[in-house]
Amino acid sequence: MLRVCDLSELPPGESIRISESNTAVPVAVFNADGVIYAVDDTCSHQDASLSEGWLDGCFVECPLHAASFDLRTGLPTCLPAKKPVRTHQVSVVDGVIWLHQAAQDVA
Amino acid sequence: MKTITVVGASLAGLSAARELRAQGFDGRLVIVGEEPHQPYDRPPLSKDFLLGRAEEADLALTDAAERAALEAEWMLGVHANGLDTGAGEVLLDNGTVRTDGVVIATGARPRILAGQGNLNGVHTLRTIEDALTLRADLERAERVVVVGAGFIGAEVASACATRGLQVTVVEAAPKPLAGLGDEMASACAALHTDHGVRLLCGTGVAGLSGDHRVREVLLRDGSSIEADVVVIGVGVVPTTEWLDGSGLSLVNGVVCDPGCRTDLPDVVAVGDVANVGGHRVEHWTNATRQPRVAVRNLLAGALVESCADVPYFWSDQYGVRIQFAGRVLPSDKVEVVEGSVEDRAFVAVWRREAVEVGVLAFNNTKSFNRRRRALPL
Repeated sequence: MLRVCDLSELPPGESIRISESNTAVPVAVFNADGVIYAVDDTCSHQDASLSEGWLDGCFVECPLHAASFDLRTGLPTCLPAKKPVRTHQVSVVDGVIWLHQAAQDVA
Repeated sequence: MKTITVVGASLAGLSAARELRAQGFDGRLVIVGEEPHQPYDRPPLSKDFLLGRAEEADLALTDAAERAALEAEWMLGVHANGLDTGAGEVLLDNGTVRTDGVVIATGARPRILAGQGNLNGVHTLRTIEDALTLRADLERAERVVVVGAGFIGAEVASACATRGLQVTVVEAAPKPLAGLGDEMASACAALHTDHGVRLLCGTGVAGLSGDHRVREVLLRDGSSIEADVVVIGVGVVPTTEWLDGSGLSLVNGVVCDPGCRTDLPDVVAVGDVANVGGHRVEHWTNATRQPRVAVRNLLAGALVESCADVPYFWSDQYGVRIQFAGRVLPSDKVEVVEGSVEDRAFVAVWRREAVEVGVLAFNNTKSFNRRRRALPL
């Protein structure tokens, strides 16, 4: 597992990008109204960082073309994205956010 | 309506077809496209495609499953040359389509220079064929001259510089992107010089010289620049000639009300070709957003919704992501509110009285989007 940050450093509505030096590909970690989610950071449509996107509930909107993804499943909810992004398991233990290293492909 | 014909098979036309089905139109849907290709995404053509980092397959906007679900009749590689609403027909170069409703989405084509001629090595960039031809020509080039320092010109210059070519950008105006005001236009101009690209402003092009192939770009001040390849990026002209005599009002595109409805009943227009409520917008996002409103009004047979989007565009140049949203006037006050122009990472806002009406960001996507959402319509 990889230590992301203290929970207090990622308040609701915020996101953080973990660079590929720590994981196989960059990962975006979100605090969606108190629930922590992690997905591959790079939009499945074109090169843009989802950690810079707009968080609305458990959906993130890509900052470049407004594709939207469900953070719970990684599935796109609107065009232009058609492919999902992978989700990653996260845990919060004693106020620290941990990222599990194996990504989940969409079933 | 039993049949609706979408004329134009790029982003705006495809978006209209999607909206027709999404909004419940279950009649015959015909899509006419002049290019022989399925709809493809144009923005990468001046970026990754020129660098060989994207290929044709990467540009596809639809896949077989979506096309099957759309249940449309595709007429690709077919030129529309008239609209006869009296007879209810779209006239094609190989026949006619009987139709009840029409979505005009024929886009725009590159403007050419007076005296551009027919020399080899001179390019414009709009289609995938344009990009393939330009990319092949760049393989053999050392010196490139880009005419026009707008976003297409700047992106092409950036790609050529990345390919290690010697690049000069020639801009007739005193500064590129003058609409952004002096300070922000200078910030955009500085990206060229940061990367060893020569930027000549305030210099119009008088002509091109060469035998079969271009050799020199001749400037109005009497000087000249040697070039193996010349790329002309001096804007686009909306594709409306095919509508001459149709009864539509054609002034800077197809004149529409704020809901994309034209002068003729059951005819709407979207994307680069549409002059909607006095604004003709050539941006990608506009081509994806207008069709929802246009289709809604077309199916309702009345103006039930108006377009209400703040214009937005992005550009990738020299590793810098530029994003802009809003409608700004020379009298608006611009201020850098985050980062610094020197670092090529900043957010600037335009204010009219105390209200933020525009935002520009270099490499600051997150903050840009926050401010973009707060802009007034």
